[in-house]
Amino acid sequence: MTDLAIIAAISIFTAGFTIAIGAIGPALGEGRAAAAAIAAIAQQPDAAPTLSRTLFVSLAMIESTAIYCFVVAMILIFANPFWDAMLVAAGG
Amino acid sequence: MQLTPDDIIVFTLAGWKVNATIVNTWIVMALLVGISMLITRNLRPDVPPNRWRTALEVIVKLIQSQIEEVTRNSARHVMYFAGTLFLFIALSNLLLVIPGFSPPTSSLSTTAALALSVLVAVPVFGIASGGVRHYLKTFIEPSVIMLPFNIIGEFSRGISLAIRLYGNVMSGAVIAAILLTVAPFFFPVVMDMLGLLTGMIQAYIFAILATVYISSATADSDPSVLKKEDKS
Repeated sequence: MTDLAIIAAISIFTAGFTIAIGAIGPALGEGRAAAAAIAAIAQQPDAAPTLSRTLFVSLAMIESTAIYCFVVAMILIFANPFWDAMLVAAGG
Repeated sequence: MQLTPDDIIVFTLAGWKVNATIVNTWIVMALLVGISMLITRNLRPDVPPNRWRTALEVIVKLIQSQIEEVTRNSARHVMYFAGTLFLFIALSNLLLVIPGFSPPTSSLSTTAALALSVLVAVPVFGIASGGVRHYLKTFIEPSVIMLPFNIIGEFSRGISLAIRLYGNVMSGAVIAAILLTVAPFFFPVVMDMLGLLTGMIQAYIFAILATVYISSATADSDPSVLKKEDKS
């Protein structure tokens, strides 16, 4: 394998691995948060506006970790600095 | 594939490359300012309010009530700041449905600028409400050992604000572009509708987080429910 092929293979593998691992934690966390919020709304329907607002903010907080992983995966695939450097070195 | 509208050069002005992010930001700003000026043009007590003015008042009242629920006090300056952030982000996310318009919030430059303005606004509002001593004292709470962590937390919340907004808007655009090549007829529309929902929620969250950060730095705020969660 050439250097370029090794970089491409490792980048693609790592991108998939990043989003796979990075989706597990937030998925579990969001499930727990949503379950807790639904239980709380069922107990106290009067507090539903406050609870749902807090739930939305918390969900976005939890989801942002998955979004970080997604951004890293996108960078690995579409804007990989090592790949660009290798292309420049090969062209120049 | 376009990850950011920074790469699209719209025109060159005296050697400066003006990219699509700047132009789209100008469009959003012009829309916000133009519509508000048109509606509030004859804002006099003797003129009865028309339906446009009522709509604008509903939006402002909604923002005000949401902010008052979070801060538990009527901080008007916070409302001007966070409400403007919300309107800008919400409008630029909603304009995502226009073909060819890439929202300025899908560029990391815009979101980093917005997060920087929040980072600057937190000490400004904190010092304005309680003085320099009180603001600096929040860094050594609960004890002096927490000083480096508090400083790191201040910066990491800025970074997380910027990357959260950028990642959410950009992921919607990327997923729509990927689906266009896979199932071009119906499915991208569904994902764009999801993108509209995500865009509104992200605008709301950005504004609410800015409000929470500011109100936790100001003096006369009682501990809010959201305060514990700002270490994401």
